[in-house]
Amino acid sequence: MKKSVFLGALTVAGLVAGAASAATLDDVKAKGELACGVSTGLVGFAAPDANGNWAGFDVAICRAVAAAVLGDSNAVKFVPTTGKTRFTALASGEIDMLARNTTWTFSRDVDLKFTFVGVNYYDGQGFMVPKELGVSSAKDLDGATICIQTGTTTELNLADYFRSNGMSYEPVPIETNAESQQNYLAGACDVYTTDASGLAATRATFENPGDHVLLPEIISKEPLGPLVRHGDDQWGDIVRWTLNALISAEELGVTSANLAEMQKGTNNPEINRLLGTEGDLGGMLGLDKDWAARVIAVSGNYGEIFESNIGESTAIGLARGLNAQWKNGGLIYSPPFR
Amino acid sequence: MSDLSYVRTEMLGEQEPPLGETGILKWARENLFSSYGNGALTIISVVFLFFVLDYVLPWMFQSSWTANSLGECREQIAAAYGEGTDGACWAVIRERYRQLLFGFYPSNLYWRPILAFVLLGFAIAPVLFDKLPRKLLIFSGLFPFIAFWLIWGGTLWTPVGALLGFGIGYLASKFLPSLIGSLGATIATFLLPVIWWVFLYGPIGAAIAVYVGDNNMDSAIAGYEQRIASGEMNAAELVTAKRELKTLQSLPDKKAELAGLEVEAEKLRAALPDYLADVKTPENLPIATSKEDKVAFEKLLNIEGREVGIRDAIQRIYEDVGRIGPMVPVTSDQLGGFTLSILIGITGITLSLPIGILLALGRQSDLFVVKTICVGFIEFIRGVPLITLLFVASTLLNYFMPPGTSFDLVLRVMIMVTLFASAYMAEVIRGGLAALPKGQYEAADALGMDYWQATRLIIMPQALKISIPNIVSNFIGLFKDTTLVMIVGLMDPMGLSNAIRANQAWNGIVWEIYGFIALMCSGSSVSPCHVIPCIWSASFRPDTRVKEHIKCLK
Repeated sequence: MKKSVFLGALTVAGLVAGAASAATLDDVKAKGELACGVSTGLVGFAAPDANGNWAGFDVAICRAVAAAVLGDSNAVKFVPTTGKTRFTALASGEIDMLARNTTWTFSRDVDLKFTFVGVNYYDGQGFMVPKELGVSSAKDLDGATICIQTGTTTELNLADYFRSNGMSYEPVPIETNAESQQNYLAGACDVYTTDASGLAATRATFENPGDHVLLPEIISKEPLGPLVRHGDDQWGDIVRWTLNALISAEELGVTSANLAEMQKGTNNPEINRLLGTEGDLGGMLGLDKDWAARVIAVSGNYGEIFESNIGESTAIGLARGLNAQWKNGGLIYSPPFR
Repeated sequence: MSDLSYVRTEMLGEQEPPLGETGILKWARENLFSSYGNGALTIISVVFLFFVLDYVLPWMFQSSWTANSLGECREQIAAAYGEGTDGACWAVIRERYRQLLFGFYPSNLYWRPILAFVLLGFAIAPVLFDKLPRKLLIFSGLFPFIAFWLIWGGTLWTPVGALLGFGIGYLASKFLPSLIGSLGATIATFLLPVIWWVFLYGPIGAAIAVYVGDNNMDSAIAGYEQRIASGEMNAAELVTAKRELKTLQSLPDKKAELAGLEVEAEKLRAALPDYLADVKTPENLPIATSKEDKVAFEKLLNIEGREVGIRDAIQRIYEDVGRIGPMVPVTSDQLGGFTLSILIGITGITLSLPIGILLALGRQSDLFVVKTICVGFIEFIRGVPLITLLFVASTLLNYFMPPGTSFDLVLRVMIMVTLFASAYMAEVIRGGLAALPKGQYEAADALGMDYWQATRLIIMPQALKISIPNIVSNFIGLFKDTTLVMIVGLMDPMGLSNAIRANQAWNGIVWEIYGFIALMCSGSSVSPCHVIPCIWSASFRPDTRVKEHIKCLK
């Protein structure tokens, strides 16, 4: 086991070293499209519609990068990846970036040789229980049967949490989210645990969402973000600052509605630098001056993307919570555009 | 005397048979209630069926077809059939059946896979019915290439060039034996097409694309300009069209840039010391390399990287403009749904049988190398689960190829599925070969037949007939296994069911989608599995074709 992990890492390392000289930016420009790894389908984050057009919170990041680099938010080839194929797809160069609600962890960053360019959603593992159980805290769950997806970090987090609180539980191992919903609704388990965003999305589909409650405890940190390969810092910078441009735009009040006005120039020099009316931040990235304006024009700033895909106006109805701007008590924070 | 005797003078009229000996009652008594035990089982089954249907039928029919989301479905059903009614939300099928059938295939091109499927029927027909003119068999042979062109589109050269390889093999087998003897001819028959495919096929295709592309460039640019000016496109299409136009117009610039880079690279290369010529990465530079050389070396690497990028871009433009024929290319990531399943299934089924036959023959061969290779291949594949092979196809193969080449995932999966099925097929056919009495082999030898004649005329027709039940089982298994491609991220119907549920509107729908997939599967999976082995086994003995076929369909 250890050996195979080692060999795998070695292969990845060898490949990254070999591919280092080829610049991803040139590659993407030559191909005329961005190959972006997404989930095979996750509510609110990535899903194809009836015409095969992808939409979602992660998809919006792919489209934003395509707009920055190629000037066309549709010049994206969406490559559906599973939890098992996502990292090899990125390491082997099949995709240029991965935006697939992937948790930023030490080993993925360091050992698998990827660069997480930032966090676009702060998630955490939560619990959902039927209201009639009368449970108000995860601390009351001693001895409960719990539906859990196998082979994920949630499984490990759950074991850690129950062990550190001296409680026991009965796991009901399950393969997919759809299966979990069916099992939970059929009463095969008392509790369903997965990422809080997933719980909210699941609960929204129930016939009587009010009969189920999400417990207040969040037992793990799941910072989800886009990532790229090690070794091409220019490309990493482009993806990182595309995400930061979306975040800064919200902080600075640049929206898809007022973008055209803002581009004519404002009294705030940071907005001017962001939108390219002052300085040449785009040139430093290897792009043109309007790159950030194009990014924001796709589907608005971070807040607008959040609201239209997973926010309170949608069926999923996630509150901003941790994902509010730092000024509003959240963790979403972009370094300055200077 | 006549008083005592009684002779009937008129025939008795026909009477109704006793009630229990006729019609439905007889049938029911004999088949349903022939004993107390069977009667009890019948009653239990009927009650069970009643309870199932009592739940399923209202669910199926108290349904919604017009809603646009699961919530809307529930509202409509509640409004129409009363609060608390549990009904099916077939609206998801109405919205997504095209996607489940065709994946992300462009909707204005649906006729292409449909036509390919219809032509499949025509390709099979002459093999099944020998009343049809024999010349139709030519079409059957051409069908795979036509189907490829229909489904993937692109330049006509792709299928024609591939076909030429077979033509070369055929010519070699026909004319070479008299020139270089039969062993040399056999080797050449296999080797020449491979040489064609590997070394000549690609470059010739590229040359044709450049030639045609240069001729078509002006009209292509004019076409784009006209479409943009006509104002018929929506905003997104307009952006895409403008980008494509810009790409086309950039061709002369790209060529100039490439020429400039080549000159620059040549200069740098000339300036660098000779011992650096074969070094590939900066890490491998000797320590003694001077700083200027290091800088120049890295610059050279950078330029070479850009050269590759520009060459790729130029080639892509030519592939686009230099396309022969009207077929717009469709990429593999647009394939999905049942089109993908059927494609993988039919390819695997059709190719695994001939490969399996060759492997089975090879395993019985007296030639040590051939035998070892075949045994090694078969046992390796049979020792590895299909899922592992699919992962190899999806992830590992990429590592073995130069960075940047992305060999089509669907093609990789097809190859792996075919290899997997071939190994199992080889063992099934080996069973058939082993079951054949030794006298048959000896009789063929006694008639003076050579190895291939004996195999084709005596051995294989009998061995395949013995193997048919197992071959069909193998094929049905293979067809079902195609759902495994979901785990490497391909959108087969099961993968799509997940993607559909990932849409906010349909999250939470399970039974309706699975029900639709099950319905389609039970209809589509059985027939090709049954027909194709018959075709192959029949093709060995043209004279017994129909009989063989009818027997094996039974």
